Order: sequence, then structure tokens, then C-alpha cells
Amino acid sequence: MGTYEFDLWVFMLAAFLGFQLIRGVSPLLHTPLMSLTNAISAITVVGAILLTGEREASTLSRILGFSAVFLAVLNVVSGYLITDRMLKMFKKREPQKK
Amino acid sequence: MTLDDTLLPILYMLAAMGFILAIKWLGSPATARRGVVVGEIGMLIAVVATLLRFEVVNYQWILVAFFLGAAVGIPIAYKMPMTAVPQRTAFSHACGALASALIGTAEYYKGLTQGGLTKVVMIALIIETLLGFLTFTASMMAFGKLQEVLAQRPITFKGQNFLNLGVFAVAAGIGVALIVSPEQTVLFPLFAALALLFGVLLIIPIGGADMPTVIALLNSYAGLSAAAMGFVLNNKLLIVAGALDGSSGFILAIIMCRAMNRSFSNVLFGAFGQLQTTAAAAGEAKPVHSASAEEAAQILDSARNVVVIPGYGMAVAQAQHKLKEMFELLTRRGVDVRFAIHPVAGRMPGHMNVLLAEADVPYDKLWEMDDINPEMSNVDVALIIGANDVVNPGAETDPHSAIAGMPIIQAYKARTVMVIKRSMNPGFAGIDNELYYRDNTLMLFGDAKAFLSSIVKELGALAKV
Repeated sequence: MGTYEFDLWVFMLAAFLGFQLIRGVSPLLHTPLMSLTNAISAITVVGAILLTGEREASTLSRILGFSAVFLAVLNVVSGYLITDRMLKMFKKREPQKK
Repeated sequence: MTLDDTLLPILYMLAAMGFILAIKWLGSPATARRGVVVGEIGMLIAVVATLLRFEVVNYQWILVAFFLGAAVGIPIAYKMPMTAVPQRTAFSHACGALASALIGTAEYYKGLTQGGLTKVVMIALIIETLLGFLTFTASMMAFGKLQEVLAQRPITFKGQNFLNLGVFAVAAGIGVALIVSPEQTVLFPLFAALALLFGVLLIIPIGGADMPTVIALLNSYAGLSAAAMGFVLNNKLLIVAGALDGSSGFILAIIMCRAMNRSFSNVLFGAFGQLQTTAAAAGEAKPVHSASAEEAAQILDSARNVVVIPGYGMAVAQAQHKLKEMFELLTRRGVDVRFAIHPVAGRMPGHMNVLLAEADVPYDKLWEMDDINPEMSNVDVALIIGANDVVNPGAETDPHSAIAGMPIIQAYKARTVMVIKRSMNPGFAGIDNELYYRDNTLMLFGDAKAFLSSIVKELGALAKV
């Protein structure tokens, strides 16, 4: 089995898993869901690091890779922090006021 | 066997498990914060594992970029007001998509000199850069519209769809040419430019109320671009994370479309706003009943149960905190107050829920459309704040209405309907709302926040008597 075929299977299964998982998310949390998946998709930072950190990287690779690391880290950091900030606000019932 | 061969795949697999669990736990409010933590751990494992790979030797630029990313990201995360969440989301889609596109571009030029641009790699690379570039400009346009730097109104012109599809077709054609023979280096900048242009063109005809669908769709594209990068780099972790993000955005977009009874192509190419001129003239002269804050407060106070239906107008007026005060006062006076949230209320999926949560409204008081509708006929007062089309009975009764068939919150079934609204201008869809002319409807004219303040004041006065 060629690697790309294997990759396609992984993609197909992960997409179905995604469909099933997202269906289970309450509409209440759709905004945090979007910001969380956005942070997760900043996994592109892996590609950016590989490009930037290479010994023989060309100037172009270095510049593009550097920008990509910056953008991806920006998304990772702000994505997770904002998701958590939003989730902290969702409270079932506030403490009874006397 | 090096360390990379044995340990790396396991670390990446652990990271993927972290992401899957993160989304799973986000499913309910009780476990959601745990989900964020496990997602963070997954990302940390992935980053550290990548930094330790033997190809990665040059650290200074990476560390500088890490520092800068965190220096910009942390203040955004803590300082941003919750009303700006839709803009922030559009902006982060733009950043993520641009990162993918830049990496794809670099991989292409690297492959030209070092080899490795096989057909499969080129297909993945073209998909990655196409989605990356177009999502970047489309998200920046969406950001501009949400931030109101650009007009929220949809802009349409003759031959627009023809132009848009034409640009896309040419971009796709050049993409295919590049797949066939990657060494045609002149074509790549052209390809990138057309993809960027298409992103702009795509959003020009989109109006504010279609933003929930469009943002979800852009979320999906950004994820698919990341997955395509996984194919280029032969990295399963990227494929899994990208597929999760891609399917998440896609499902949300479907939910939004269903909530408007429209198809994707109708949202993207339907240019909803065109109807404005024809429909607006219809109901100008009809009489409406209006009421003062004092009367409204009395009606609310004597009700047994109240359902509040918020829309984008609440977000614009930042009325959620005043609404919470009203909720508190009424609850203390023994009135049962619930909030009914239409899936497309606001500018992104879940927008209203976040704003009300910010104002400390307990989330078990937030009801979904399908759950509240069967109970609407037992409701004493439906209070509509800054929502219009999502409560328009025309969607059910008038087959010629532009929103015919759109599921609505059946506010009209309540004994009394009160609508806080600035003026009689029709809403986004440009359709007159017959709800406003009914005998049991009271129009409360004014700014949502100011009007709610007066209601709160009147309720306070009633409480003292």
C-alpha cells in the first residue's frame, strides 16, 4: 500500500470521527468549539518548524517558515486561551445571593 | 533505528489522541475545560517532538517566532471583549490559512531545487495553497465586515457569479497545469494571486446575517488546508488534526444552512440582500401598537413566564448585562425567565450563548429553538431583542417570502409579544415582519440597552411598592 493511500484512509477515518464528535457538541458551545478546532488546526506549526529549522534552508524557506511559525503560534496561544476564557463563563446556576 | 523512527510516531499519535479527546470533552459544559487542557497537552507534545527531530537544527528563528506569536496572542486572548469574538475567529482563520499557504509555497520552491514534487505531492500542495490563500483573503474580508471596517451590506453587481466562478476556474486550471508540470515556475505566482483574488470576490456579496455559515465554511477550509499539508509532508498528525477541523467547520456550516433553510450555493452565490428594495415598501403604512418602558415593566412583572429571544441587535447594543439585571429582578419576583436561541442568531455559531454566558446568565436557562417551540403557546410574554427574521411568521405562512421555510422561533404563539427595536426598518433579509402588526404585539422603540435600563428601573420601582 502506497503511503498516499494509507494517508487517504487516515483522512477518511479522521473526518468521520470528526463528524461523529462534533454532532455530540451542544449548540451552546459552538463558539468555543470553533475556537478550539482553530487552535488544533494550528498544528501546521509542525510543518513550519520543519521548514524553518532545517540546516540547508534557503532564505525564502526561512522567511516563509518564520512567518508561518509566528502565525501558527499566534493561533495556538490565543485559540486555547480564548476557548478557556469563554468556557469559564458558562455556569450552570450562579451562587445563590442572599 | 534512530530515536526519530521509534519515538516520534508515538509522540505524534499521543498528540492526535489529545486533539480527539479535546473535541470529545468539549461536547458538554461539564467536561469542556478538561478538553482544553488535553488539547493543550497534545499541542505541547507535538511541538516538543518536532523540535527534537534531527532535521531541526536551527533554533534561533523558531524561538523568535514563538516569542513574537505568544507576545501578540496572549494580549489578544485576554484583552479582547467578548462582543469581538466573531471578528477574532475570522482573524484566526486568516492567520491559520495564511500559515498553510506560506508553508505550501515554501515547499513548492524547495521541491523545485531538491526534487520530490511527485504527482501526489503536487496535488496535495495545490489544494493546500489554493485553500490557504483563498481562505486568507476571504477571512480578512469577513473580519473587515464584522469589524465594520467594510460595509456589512452585501455588494452585488451584474455578472458577479460569472466573474467569481471564472476566476476560480482559471485558478483551478493553472493548478492542474502545475500538477502536470511543476517546473512551470511562472504559473505559481499567478495561481497564488488568483486564489487570493477569489477569496475577496467570494465575500463581497455576503451580508452580515450569512456570516455564521461563511465563518463555519472558512473554518472548514482552513482545516482542510492543514490536512492537505499532512499529505505533502506525509504526516498523519496533520492529516488527523486537519480532518477534525475540516469536518467540524463543515458540520457547523450545514447546521447553519439548515437553520436558514438554504443551501451552500444559495448562501455563497445567492446574494440575499438584493431583495431589500422590493420588499421594504410593502408595510410602511400599517399601524403598530407601541408601549413605554413603564407599561412593558408592568406586563413583564405580571407574567408567569417570559421567553427572551435575542439577536444580533442585542450584541450591537451590548445589552446582555442589562438583560441579566432584568432576568435577576424578574426571577426574584417569581417570574420564570428563559432565553430562546436561534442557531443563526448573531454573527457566528453560538454567538448569543457566549454573550449571555459572559453576562452570567446560567446556561440551563438558554433553550434551543426546537426545545422551546412546543412550549411557546404557554408563554405569557415573548420579549424579542434585536432579532427579526428568526421570529418572522412569514417564514411559515408566506410561500413567496424570501425566507419561506426557514425554521423560526414561534414567538407569535406567546400571549403577548414585545419587540425592542430601533425603528420599523426591516431586518437583514429585507422582509417586512407581520409579527409587528399583530394585535398582541407591542413595539418598544429605542436602543436595546437604554430601553432595558428603563425597564430595569421600572421593575425596581415596582419591587419597592
